[in-house]
Amino acid sequence: MTPASRYDAIVIGGGHNGLVNAAYLARAGKKVLVLERRHLVGGAAVTEEIYPGFKYSVCSYVVSLLRPEIVRELDLARHGLEILPLESTFTPGRNGHSLVRWADHDRTREELYRHSPRDAEAYDDFGRLMYHLALAVKPLLSTIPPDPTSLRPRELRSLLKLGRHARDLGADKFHALYKLMTMSAADFLDEWFETELLKATMSASGIIGTFLGPRSPGTAYVLLHHYMGELDGTFRAWGFARGGTGGVSEAIANAARGHGAEIRTNAPVARVVVERDRATGVVLANGDEFHGRVVVSALDPRRTFLSLIDRDRLPAEFVRDIERFRMRGSSGKVNLALSHLPDFTCRPGLGPHLRGAISISPSVRYLERAYDDAKYGNFSRRPYLDMVVPSLIDPGMAPPGKHVMSIFVQYAPYDLTGGWNDAKREEFGDNVIETLAEYAPNIRDVILHRQVLTPWDLEQDFGLTEGNIFHGELTLQQLFFLRPAPPWGAYQTPVRNLYQCGSGTHPGGGITGAPGRLAALRILADLGGRGGR
Amino acid sequence: MLPGTPFHARTRVLCQSQNWRRWAGRIVAGSYELTHDWEYFAIRNRAAVIDVSPLFKYDVQGPDAEAFLNRVVTRNVAQCAPRQVMYTPWCDERGKVVDDGTLSHLAPNSYRLTAAEPNLRWLVDNAAGFDVEIGERTQSVAAMAVQGPRARAVLQRATDADLDSLKFYHLTLATIAGIPVTISRTGYTGDLGYEVWVEAQHAVAVWDAVMAGGTDFGITPAGMLALDVARIEAGLLLIDVDYISAQKALIERQFSSPFELGLGWAVKFDKGDFVGRDALVAEKERGPRWRFRGLELEWDDLETVYGEVGLPPQLPGRAWRTSAPVYRDGQQVGYATSGCWSPILKKYIALAHIRADHAAVGTRVGMEVTVEHQRREAGARVVLPRFFDPERKRSCP
Repeated sequence: MTPASRYDAIVIGGGHNGLVNAAYLARAGKKVLVLERRHLVGGAAVTEEIYPGFKYSVCSYVVSLLRPEIVRELDLARHGLEILPLESTFTPGRNGHSLVRWADHDRTREELYRHSPRDAEAYDDFGRLMYHLALAVKPLLSTIPPDPTSLRPRELRSLLKLGRHARDLGADKFHALYKLMTMSAADFLDEWFETELLKATMSASGIIGTFLGPRSPGTAYVLLHHYMGELDGTFRAWGFARGGTGGVSEAIANAARGHGAEIRTNAPVARVVVERDRATGVVLANGDEFHGRVVVSALDPRRTFLSLIDRDRLPAEFVRDIERFRMRGSSGKVNLALSHLPDFTCRPGLGPHLRGAISISPSVRYLERAYDDAKYGNFSRRPYLDMVVPSLIDPGMAPPGKHVMSIFVQYAPYDLTGGWNDAKREEFGDNVIETLAEYAPNIRDVILHRQVLTPWDLEQDFGLTEGNIFHGELTLQQLFFLRPAPPWGAYQTPVRNLYQCGSGTHPGGGITGAPGRLAALRILADLGGRGGR
Repeated sequence: MLPGTPFHARTRVLCQSQNWRRWAGRIVAGSYELTHDWEYFAIRNRAAVIDVSPLFKYDVQGPDAEAFLNRVVTRNVAQCAPRQVMYTPWCDERGKVVDDGTLSHLAPNSYRLTAAEPNLRWLVDNAAGFDVEIGERTQSVAAMAVQGPRARAVLQRATDADLDSLKFYHLTLATIAGIPVTISRTGYTGDLGYEVWVEAQHAVAVWDAVMAGGTDFGITPAGMLALDVARIEAGLLLIDVDYISAQKALIERQFSSPFELGLGWAVKFDKGDFVGRDALVAEKERGPRWRFRGLELEWDDLETVYGEVGLPPQLPGRAWRTSAPVYRDGQQVGYATSGCWSPILKKYIALAHIRADHAAVGTRVGMEVTVEHQRREAGARVVLPRFFDPERKRSCP
């Protein structure tokens, strides 16, 4: 083996978390190699020109909760990161009804007031409660999860710190947090609001990426994530990346390269080399071999442990836990190139309501019905759609006057009755357009190109097992020290020198970069050397 | 765009400055003319018309109206006779101020409460078990304040009601231009004044009639900038500026009790139980930690600190709303929340929260002033926050 192929760390997978991990390790002076299977970095955070002149944020389409400390520490603004505001949420309804939550407080209040004066006030109170809870829970996002069963001083200190946050909440807010952890999003919101358009749209944020309905217990917690984004509001942690979602990955890759990391694309890893009980390197599909003091996998836990490592190298119990880790893809994606903007019947014409998120979520019942379809193996006849028109925010995404539209579609079960195939994919795509056309009838006539991704495609093209966009559902039994499987919730694995840093680890999915960063901190602490803070 | 008030058809034309400000989700004139001086002196010298429609208004009716309101607010509603008006704060269970406003006893079992912030939810939540109906009237009722020494004469020209017999903090039902209105002898300026309440659809007609009647008395529409100076002179609290509602406060130090806001006089313990009572009893025994006070800045000090950079004192022509630290012997003992140059008193004044042990009237403190980008301290005297309190405010000839 030549010295050129020896590294301090080899990162498998050039998704945003892999890149963040590599950047932090390189920043600490380590010699780092990133190996990406595809021809470009970014994983599910990529921008691709599938149709000439039109750039799609193919999978992930908004930046959620990108940790401000990462932006700061990796100097991402200098490396080209620009997060543009995604300020409003528009929910078209039937019979001329609609609801827009604007960036402006007074304007939102005015809108809500038209539907329900009580809701208009409750919305403020709810926002304040969530603000408090988010303040208490947010430190978790930047903490390596302590194992509550461990008595090691490090773990106890960390637990104590988190306990203090909970105590500072006060009794009433702690009770609300408990409810949030245990209730369904819809039930929790029922305690506050009566406006269906509002409840449905808010509850939808609790089901994204999970195979659960708005009335399934445990979905309320994810409501908090939205408000955590607001805490970083002035930092614009929540929004749309210039140049599409790939812009985030590019900026992180630039930062990593700037610190000396080497990034290879078209370099699929076939397996992790394990000698005795420790990882020593990787072998590519073409047989090339690289040696690393540590190997870090940014892939999801199933791929990492069930396809890159021989089973007999792992404890049987751990393998079973990973097999049981719930991936269950529940969503698909439709990307459109448009000659004209969609024209909504309830709010005709061009307006600021098109600049933010557009949500097809007319009622909680609608969402729950959409889930019913999926429970029994079908894609939703009338799915929940979460849409953005990136070209209105960043004109560079499409030729002048033309537009791209990103449509997140839920539910689409991975285990479709009869299985996914080309015909089913088209049927799925047609069904999305039909749904949208019920609110914006002109959509059928303005589509220049359509890209449809089913959970099957997400698995095949992007390596997301079962098409799960979060590398495993963000449900409470799969979060914190349980992610992906105890006692391996702190980035280490049963194989020495093998680490994980993907969304399948704490704090989970979305473009946060947090797993990548926290894993790097753990690795640096284990390796010793500078930068391990 | 945010909506205007029911008077917008008129104010839109009058607002030459295009200086619009936001108030409770409406736009209202900051000043009508390019500067607000003329409008301020209308309040103190002639008669000013101020559009106060954005105030939140709630009608409370039913057999338990009095009992319910007595449970919510801190004053004794049983003592509010029909056609009487009471200023009152209301608190949460911890005795921290939620909001303040006026409570009008319109008729037996019928009240109207005004508030600076939305309070419908608070009222409805507290109404459980009471036989009352709570109606939101914020948008359906317009309100114009007619304020100033000539306000009585102006308004008398427009209405059939006998204003000479309308006592301070009382109301009367009347007509203006044939339209039924409620006129209350109230205001937010500390001057002689009235507030006219009218159904929104008739707002413009009432505005026109009042303005026509006022021409001979120099009636002037006045905006928020003039009002802000007047209310500081009168020592009247402004929510979100001088205090934060208990509904909005995020951390302990942001909450205020009525005693800390100089509203102890409005807390009545002899009326039975009400929201926050226990906490307030305890606080009264303990004594509040803060006092709401006025500051009068020393002219000589201002001259000195500005003189050091070669300038005469630069006086704030407009009221400011930023927080300024207040010191005593090098220690911070409080903070001022709003202030202005008072054109009528010829004094630089401010409203401030001072730690109770430093709040005795006459205490000499220092307030931070920024002189040419440098922090300086100007001496100030602690006074009761009622800088301007003319006899005509309460007068009833």
